[in-house]
Amino acid sequence: MNSLSLAQVLQPGMEQSETEVKKTVLKLEHVNIHYGSFQAVKDASFEIYEKHVTAFIGPSGCGKSTVLRSINRMNDMIRGSWIDGKILFNGHDLYDDQVDPVLIRRRIGMVFQKPNPFPKSIYENIAWGARINGFKGDYDELVEQSLRQAALWEEVKDKLKQNALRLSGGQQQRLCIARTIAVQPEVILMDEPASALDPIATGRIEELILELKNNYTIVIVTHNMGQASRVSDHTAFFMVDDKRTGYLQEYAETEQLFLNPQHKKTEEYISGKFG
Amino acid sequence: MNDLNGQTAFGHAADVSSLMEKRRRNGLVWHIVFVFSTTLAVLFLILLVFSIIDSVFGYAVLRNDVEPSALVAGKDSVSAFSRSELEDTARTRLSSGILRRVEYDKPIAERSDKDLVSLIEEYVVKPKVLKTWGFWGSLTERKAIETYIAENEGSYATFRSWLTPSFIMADQSADPLRAGIRTALLGSLWIILITFVFAFPIGVGAAIYLQEYAVDNRLNRMLQLNIFNLSAVPSIIYGLLGLAVFVRFMEPVTSGSFIMGTVDNTANGRTILSGGMTLGLLVLPIIIINTQEALKAVPDTLRMSAYGVGATKWQTIWYQVLPVSVDRILTGTILALSRALGETAPLVVIGASTFISVDPSGIFSKFTTLPIQIYQWSARPQGAYRNIAAAAIVSLLILLLLMNSAAIYTRDKITKKKRLEA
Repeated sequence: MNSLSLAQVLQPGMEQSETEVKKTVLKLEHVNIHYGSFQAVKDASFEIYEKHVTAFIGPSGCGKSTVLRSINRMNDMIRGSWIDGKILFNGHDLYDDQVDPVLIRRRIGMVFQKPNPFPKSIYENIAWGARINGFKGDYDELVEQSLRQAALWEEVKDKLKQNALRLSGGQQQRLCIARTIAVQPEVILMDEPASALDPIATGRIEELILELKNNYTIVIVTHNMGQASRVSDHTAFFMVDDKRTGYLQEYAETEQLFLNPQHKKTEEYISGKFG
Repeated sequence: MNDLNGQTAFGHAADVSSLMEKRRRNGLVWHIVFVFSTTLAVLFLILLVFSIIDSVFGYAVLRNDVEPSALVAGKDSVSAFSRSELEDTARTRLSSGILRRVEYDKPIAERSDKDLVSLIEEYVVKPKVLKTWGFWGSLTERKAIETYIAENEGSYATFRSWLTPSFIMADQSADPLRAGIRTALLGSLWIILITFVFAFPIGVGAAIYLQEYAVDNRLNRMLQLNIFNLSAVPSIIYGLLGLAVFVRFMEPVTSGSFIMGTVDNTANGRTILSGGMTLGLLVLPIIIINTQEALKAVPDTLRMSAYGVGATKWQTIWYQVLPVSVDRILTGTILALSRALGETAPLVVIGASTFISVDPSGIFSKFTTLPIQIYQWSARPQGAYRNIAAAAIVSLLILLLLMNSAAIYTRDKITKKKRLEA
């Protein structure tokens, strides 16, 4: 909580108008995540704002991916994982007994580290998610719109029937983003989306993220601090204690965190002293 | 790299070269061992194929009860008889009892020439097999064959294939020259159909549960271990199980009386349904394990990406996991069914018929299968039975090949369609 208030104190660095429209989409309150008897993350509390890009950075094993996956209940898939604390999505607790994780994932989409399109056609990759969600509209239009938004339309419009696995890695990752968009989520979670890509493909993904932020709330985990500073508005820096439990060290607006870190650990990490 | 003492970066030069020499020698020994075992395996396979083929073709020395030339002067074979000669011979030479039965089935005047020829051959000419030679023997032992014919008055040799279309189409008979495998072939096909219908859905369903749904606890681990053990249980044990459960305990169901009231046959539960379900039990663990392996091979990232777009567990399995693993599942099933097709012991235990004259007509019929038929024939002392056993083996192999190619063709068609859609 301390770091959060810190970020708010340091607000004057931003334009006045932008701070006023900031709306909280996701609110984490004292989130602890465990795998069996091992505690992976302790006491994480912060907010994620609508149509902003929030980056999670930190050394390996600090729990940033774990926190990301807990936001759309992907951790449910891992045997023995459990969580306490609250994650509020537009004010509703995602871990309430009444909540169906499947419906959460339809509103909070996810893009993975390694591009993992379905072994089907490009068209089907995008249409499938909508179809299982009971989409009734024009599929051709949906596919085109989604591909356009993911900046992939021009490259694939003549080969929509082709197997998606024949695309390059960067194209596959943009297809995965298009696939996520097609379900029309509010939030897109990205787990190191560019770590398996070459620098040019990475650049395109970053451009795309900046583009998408006009319509979606984006949370991105990244190992690349340059990437975090280029694409994100807010950055959460996670650290790991001597029991290998991750915790939130500092959360602030990106510019603030990179230019004027409040913690020694943050400063050391962003200057490359460890990680 | 050498300094003055013969020292290299990897050690002393002499040591290094002796080490490499040793390693090469070791490599060579293993290489020879592997080549030797491969060669041995291939040799045995060739031997197997040759010994089967050898029995299928060759000379048979026959002797007729009545020579065709004694029936109609100047004609050496019944098939050379004219229509009137055929009818006359049939009317005059058949014993009165057989003639009455034949006329009752279908009057002689209405029967085809071919039909009459086989009637006369069966009841009048009555060729008997005295001795047979294999293919190799037919080529190398001409002298012995000739001597044998000379010693046995009225005998003659014909070079024949024991595997003929009529061998496939004929029903069972005590005479090796007339016996065929039709009933056994139909029995095998029926059995395999029931096995598939019974074991495939249950096996795949169980595998999906164990692999995708079951949580990792002690109970499920026990279950898994036992499935592995079951797949190694000798097949005759499954026969005992089938006898106790399907034939005895479930007799009202397996004999059909449950559905059709009283059934007037003597099957008493020893039906195709019982046999098929027994073999179904036998291959069930194999199908489960194969399907589980197929599902395991599907990367978790695929499941994650499906969940990521809001798919339910079942949607993920049905639309993403199964289409990717279907060809492996089918391959496993084909192998399992091939095993079932060749099984003898469990069917003998549940009481499959060894000699039936009627074709199986449904799942409540008595049955025999090709392996049982082969076993029966090969156990007889007369030489000609060995030849028809070999012919039946070839038929079984051809059936297996056909079944597998059909299954592989279907599988490839499914995967190809998948790829095109894909």
